[in-house]
Amino acid sequence: MQEDFHHALKFKYDLCIGCAHCTGACPTGAIHVEDGHPRLDPNRCVDCGRCYIACPVNAIYIEQDDFQTVYDCKYPVLLMPSIFMAQFEDKIKEKTILSALYHIGFKHVFECEKSVDFLKGEMQKASDENDGLKPLISTFCPAIVRLIQVKFPVLVPNLYLMKPPLDLTALYIRKLLTEEDNIPEEDIGIFYVTPCAAKIAAIKSPATEEESPVTKVVNMNFLYSKVMRVIKQGEYQLCDDARTRFHRLSKASLNYTLTGGEASMLKEGRNLAIDGIHNVSEFLEKLEDEDIQDIDFLELRACDESCCGGILTANNRFLMTERQRKRMQKSPDEVDSEDNDLLNYTDYLAQHKRVLGHVEPRSMEKMDDDLAIAMQKMKRAFEINQNLPQVDCRICGYQSCKALSEATVKGDAEVEQCIFIQRILEHCDKMDISETMKVMTKIWGTKKTSSSIAKNLNL
Amino acid sequence: MDFQYHVEGGDFTNAGSTSSEVKRMLKKMGVRPDIVKRTVVALYEAEVNIVAHAYRGDIFVDLEPDKVCITLKDEGPGIPNVEWAMQKGNSTASPKVREMGFGAGMGLPNIQNNSDEMHIDTEVGVGTTISFVNHFA
Repeated sequence: MQEDFHHALKFKYDLCIGCAHCTGACPTGAIHVEDGHPRLDPNRCVDCGRCYIACPVNAIYIEQDDFQTVYDCKYPVLLMPSIFMAQFEDKIKEKTILSALYHIGFKHVFECEKSVDFLKGEMQKASDENDGLKPLISTFCPAIVRLIQVKFPVLVPNLYLMKPPLDLTALYIRKLLTEEDNIPEEDIGIFYVTPCAAKIAAIKSPATEEESPVTKVVNMNFLYSKVMRVIKQGEYQLCDDARTRFHRLSKASLNYTLTGGEASMLKEGRNLAIDGIHNVSEFLEKLEDEDIQDIDFLELRACDESCCGGILTANNRFLMTERQRKRMQKSPDEVDSEDNDLLNYTDYLAQHKRVLGHVEPRSMEKMDDDLAIAMQKMKRAFEINQNLPQVDCRICGYQSCKALSEATVKGDAEVEQCIFIQRILEHCDKMDISETMKVMTKIWGTKKTSSSIAKNLNL
Repeated sequence: MDFQYHVEGGDFTNAGSTSSEVKRMLKKMGVRPDIVKRTVVALYEAEVNIVAHAYRGDIFVDLEPDKVCITLKDEGPGIPNVEWAMQKGNSTASPKVREMGFGAGMGLPNIQNNSDEMHIDTEVGVGTTISFVNHFA
């Protein structure tokens, strides 16, 4: 039995109004409505966060580790994607932000993309040496790795099994602090600032690793607010330049998190960058069909505008991208080990660059473990679906008519949940109104189906 | 389970739609990913052959719990020398076509490589029937 995926997305049923917008937004059909509230299929959800964006009442939240652990930790270090800086208005200087972070309690602040200068050469090497499966697919975005596992299992062997910058930089930090600063390994806590739910899920139950080198996770919007408060209240002291290990990143490193950042690092071959999970799905479908050939490398990101569009960023994704680009203009084309001391550890990182685990296909599509039964179920689902209205109205609680027919065959739903079928059965005297009302109440709860609504409307 | 699809010669926009459909079914059945891939590669190749060379054709898919049998029957020019065409690199494509990277003589060998059993029946001026079988275990 496969272990369930860990999910960082949770529903607050007390706030939820049962509108099912999340059901419609989900790219893997992981959410259906029962008893007036959304239910998540943990094996389908890829933590992309489309439901979080779709929810009109903020009833979906992203769990994070208790921030208090920063103060319990002897040597807390912050590891953040460089776009953390892009959330702030231009007039707030980099040094001010860093000072606020030190004031909050972090001993050092590192940017994840510090390892991109190392990764750059490795990627070109892997692409040049790849004479087998094409294209190589980046494992940078964890929502995409899971999407491929559940929806495109045929493409699992194409995943490029190199640790992403986050993991490599975390390894470097541990090495640096234990060897140069003589900090005991157990005292070091690496707090990763996440722009999205997928990174949290990947750290809590990695698809590609046995264990993550990151200790705890902090949500980006939460830390943004904390920093803003420190800045506005002027509590911090400007940090000493000598103390900070915050170094300049190269242009390519800053570009890495933006759409096209990975693909543009490869100078040879056909390398594509696609952002937005629906765009990615459309492309992977074609790739799986053999319709697209001769691509060497695919950079795929679940969010529009990549990580700047992460659901936990505190600012507009287009503005953040623009600020990141501006920062790039002021950055050096190339850096050496004097600018970026991570480059002193390339041998160590090269030894650990490959992911330890093994990515397994875990298809959500299959109807049953037994091929013969799966085939029967598939046949039955086709027959049911042919008789459904294809309106995809979601009144049955499922994303589409097709989803209802499959859930019916699996025994999770009844075809009577379709409002068209209910009307037809009433018309044929096979169901009476009280029975159909009962079905509707089971899906949508008592509140939405109460007779008092008629009274409220003076009907 | 039996399915039938129609393919129009020359319709490159829709070439590959049958292999896409069949792929979806194999995924729903939970067929091993590498076998899904083999089947899609073979079917796509054969389907595009009809679009590129024949006037029209029909694809018959017989899905069973342990295997899939696919037959592609077209009305078209037929293949004059099957044995020769089955050899890697042999192609009747003109130099002009080859210059563009088509007609490398890999079509039929590719279908054979990606299927467990393959059979070709062809008559010049009438058409070609290709059938192949892939087992799920």
